Amino acid sequence: MHWPLTSLLTLAWRNLWRNYRRTLIMLLAIALGVWAMIVMSALMRGMTDQMVRNGLATLPGEAQIHHPDFRLDPSVVNHMSMPAGNLLAQLNSAPITAWAARLRVPAVLASEYASRGVTVLGVDPVQEAALGSLPETLLEGRMLASPDDRGILLGASLARRLDTGLGKRIVLMSQDTENNVADRGVRVVGVYRARLQGDEERFAYVGRGALQELLGLEQEVTEIAVSAADYRAVDAWLPALRASAGPGLEVLGWTELHTFLGTMLAVQEGFVLVFMVVVFLVLSFGLINTLVMAVFERTRELGLMQALGMRPALILSQVLLESLQLLALGLLAGNGLALATLLPLRDGVDISAVAEGMEMMEMGTTLYPLLAVNDMLLSTAVVLTLGLLASLLPAWRASRLDPVRALARH
Amino acid sequence: MNITWRLAWRNLWRRRRRTWLTVGAMVFCNTLLIFLISVQLGSYQMMIDNSLGAFSGHLQLQHEGFDEDQRIRQSVPAVTERALQVEALLAGEAVAARGVAYALASSEERSFGIQVTGVQPAREPGVSTLPGLLREGRYLSGADGEIVVGALLARNLRVGPGDEITMLGSGRDGSFAAAIATVVGIIESGIPELDRALAQVSLPWFQAVFNMGDHGHSLVVRLRNLERVPAAVVALQPLLAGAPELVVLDWDQLQPGLRQAIRSDMVSAWVMYGVLILLVAFSVLNTQLMSVLERTREFGVMLALGVSPGRLARLVGLETALLAALGLALGVAAGGLLGWYLQQAGFTFPGMEEMNARFNLPERIYPPVTLASLLWGPLTVFLGALLAAVYPALRLFGLQPVSAMRAG
Amino acid sequence: MSSIVCQDLCKTFAQGEERITGLDRVSLSIDAGELLCLSGPSGSGKTTLLNALGGLDTPDSGSISLAGRRIDQLSRGALADLRLREIGFVFQAYNLIPVLSARENVEFVMQVQGIPAGARHQRAAAVLAEVGLAGLEDRRPADMSGGQQQRVAVARAIASEPRLVLADEPTANLDSHSATQLMDLFQALNRDRGVTFVLATHDPRVMAYARRLIRMEDGRVIEDVAQQPSPSAGRPPAGGAG
Repeated sequence: MHWPLTSLLTLAWRNLWRNYRRTLIMLLAIALGVWAMIVMSALMRGMTDQMVRNGLATLPGEAQIHHPDFRLDPSVVNHMSMPAGNLLAQLNSAPITAWAARLRVPAVLASEYASRGVTVLGVDPVQEAALGSLPETLLEGRMLASPDDRGILLGASLARRLDTGLGKRIVLMSQDTENNVADRGVRVVGVYRARLQGDEERFAYVGRGALQELLGLEQEVTEIAVSAADYRAVDAWLPALRASAGPGLEVLGWTELHTFLGTMLAVQEGFVLVFMVVVFLVLSFGLINTLVMAVFERTRELGLMQALGMRPALILSQVLLESLQLLALGLLAGNGLALATLLPLRDGVDISAVAEGMEMMEMGTTLYPLLAVNDMLLSTAVVLTLGLLASLLPAWRASRLDPVRALARH
Repeated sequence: MNITWRLAWRNLWRRRRRTWLTVGAMVFCNTLLIFLISVQLGSYQMMIDNSLGAFSGHLQLQHEGFDEDQRIRQSVPAVTERALQVEALLAGEAVAARGVAYALASSEERSFGIQVTGVQPAREPGVSTLPGLLREGRYLSGADGEIVVGALLARNLRVGPGDEITMLGSGRDGSFAAAIATVVGIIESGIPELDRALAQVSLPWFQAVFNMGDHGHSLVVRLRNLERVPAAVVALQPLLAGAPELVVLDWDQLQPGLRQAIRSDMVSAWVMYGVLILLVAFSVLNTQLMSVLERTREFGVMLALGVSPGRLARLVGLETALLAALGLALGVAAGGLLGWYLQQAGFTFPGMEEMNARFNLPERIYPPVTLASLLWGPLTVFLGALLAAVYPALRLFGLQPVSAMRAG
Repeated sequence: MSSIVCQDLCKTFAQGEERITGLDRVSLSIDAGELLCLSGPSGSGKTTLLNALGGLDTPDSGSISLAGRRIDQLSRGALADLRLREIGFVFQAYNLIPVLSARENVEFVMQVQGIPAGARHQRAAAVLAEVGLAGLEDRRPADMSGGQQQRVAVARAIASEPRLVLADEPTANLDSHSATQLMDLFQALNRDRGVTFVLATHDPRVMAYARRLIRMEDGRVIEDVAQQPSPSAGRPPAGGAG
């Protein structure tokens, strides 16, 4: 007996709706599962993405170049020269979109009332702006105008702790290349607000040239921060950058510079898959149940089909097709629901109620769910693969029925 | 056993495979929930204990505004006497006085801005775990001119035990403060933020160097457990009576991120658990609806005999409760075993070490199995299953005996 | 004294577009202690009438009273209570709860009636013995013959000592030996306890036991006669049932 696929499909489809209540409940369950898979991954992905982005904005860049000793001994002593030659050419070529050479040194800021240890960043405002590493919000005053700006930009929280403010003078003390403490009075030209309060207290910005002059440097810097468009694609350009920097410099990607963020991303990727599989496993009990019952109810009928000469393989594929149709409908509904949930949330979910907890994870107060096509495909793959696998057992049992005994049942 | 119970129990086993699959879904979900919730609650407990134990303590008495602004003038007068008073008010709890100042610390080769904490060397180990985390040397003896520093700070300053550090800062009155201290010990907590910033000297010397007089900045209280915090806050009120500028801050005010981190984690975890529980409830709904529909004829006969629909609905409810109880019992047993094993063997996954260090957690978690972690998830699954039976049970009220008896 | 009186009962059903007449102005009175058969072809209205008498179904119009009490306007709950306490039912087949033993099937209804456990056990044992099932109390329906199952159903019906037992095609799935045994049981209960039996059937073996025979067609009573029961007529030849 030859059965074309279309009639098998029709048969499976009609069988699916014979017990429409059961099918609907199962459909609802699959849709809910798929919805949860996609929405939860989008939320998790959004969260990690933001953590990584925020982390990279502070780092800054997706890769950094240092003197080989600088990371263990962050002193101005471990400086390097401004990029030139091959390195400069590499920095200015695609896919690198921005880079900034900066002086990052530990320093003490002292007002007449208090002093604090901070990290002072000597920057070129134009380069930093391209990198996106300057504070986003200026509360008062102005940003730095040029590398030779003699003012200082303070975080609001630090300004309060130093009991100082816009227009006031404070003393900047830092170690120079001769291991002597150099100090200079600087005027507060701007007060900024950072996304994270910790950053506000930690970083103060001054002109790179002004700082070089104070610390007895010519054109040297301690750090070059490099950025390209996609933080996930660093490996594509890092080796070339490393080669052009030569052996005298250490070139590291962000996953090595900020191991927490790198681990975070890896763990999140793994967790998305684990979550999907777990949701599916819970779902699979219901799926197997539905199919087992569907086969059980049709024992007589399946026996009859065999008696009429339908091959076991066809019966097997008929049950599998039924399962496939159920899964496909559930996936369709689940993906639709997920899109309907996520699209209105594109502008972010307000999570300021737990903002300080989020700060521990380098998060802001708004969560932007990140819908990745990959997650939708992954959930589809998980549901279809494992779903058909789970259906194999009931389908196989259906194809192994003894026609005589099956027919005798009622 | 009552006939109704017997009836319900036997009805469960009319479709053996279906019942086991449904129970299986519950057991799987329950085991998973017990595992996740015990890891979760265990981490919260450790997060709180480790974070508070490291430095901040459960309670602090400070000058109002000090927690926010950390200015040297926001000080607590007669701080050592007050420590004794606090100790008297909170019998048996650990108390220590501290002072905090900022200075430029210079070794022979390097200079860094640091936060110097003046501590009472005899009392500090009672409120903080840091003195116990020495990597090299010894803790403060109480003598003048001694300093212990964090491992990363020591590396940055390129100093080791025996080396000298010069501190330059300003005193409480704005005067110039300078001192030379000898490194006697190096502390490694494994928490980079602490190891990079930690510098402790003895409180009397601190008061002398920074011109503090008898002032300090905080009285740190470490209680035996978290539950004692509210009572301790009340007990300390008499101390504040004559000093309106002083405040008592509890751990939630000292480390506001901690509770919120826990709460946000709790919310996202329960969304996930909710999805799993809902899926199990669907499984139960499916099973019970099918079971009711299959028995339409039988229910019709019962209705004809005068058994009320309410009684039949209760029967279906009882069946569901038995089904769910089976899932609960087996789930708790399986989850309990898994939890017990993990409590012994510990639990970790790739990347957990880096993640956990951020929240002051060890790289391997030994989640304690508690009544809460054991029952919280499974009981919710149980309730979900019972709710799932409402729709199938309600259908019985629409059944007409005559047509029901005629059904398939 | 009349036990059941019905007057001008009408009932129609919808089947697709058509309306089918179930009962057409049926008036009837049945005395206590009768053994009465409703007969007629399928669709003649005998089951509809039986259901109406038992409060399973309410007529579109007309009245039914049971021992002087109108039942056609009772609520669903009151009807259920009436069926539970005052009327016994025996249906065609498969009317036992399959997961309960014979004893438990009888006791289940008694438990619903609120009879305390001790009395329940005794009464269940007694009625099962009365219907000839002593020794089979712990069998489940699947392990009993059709006749035995029907006798459990009878035991269940009479356990609460109702004055009226309604039976719808009680012998439809029984062989003639079992059918005769069941009818003998009905007859004995009717005679010894004075239970009123109303049976809907088209089985001549059953009709032979009736003292009053009502024939129905198209929802109407077309014949209502008293007769001398001739139980022997339905009895198989000696030894025929093995």
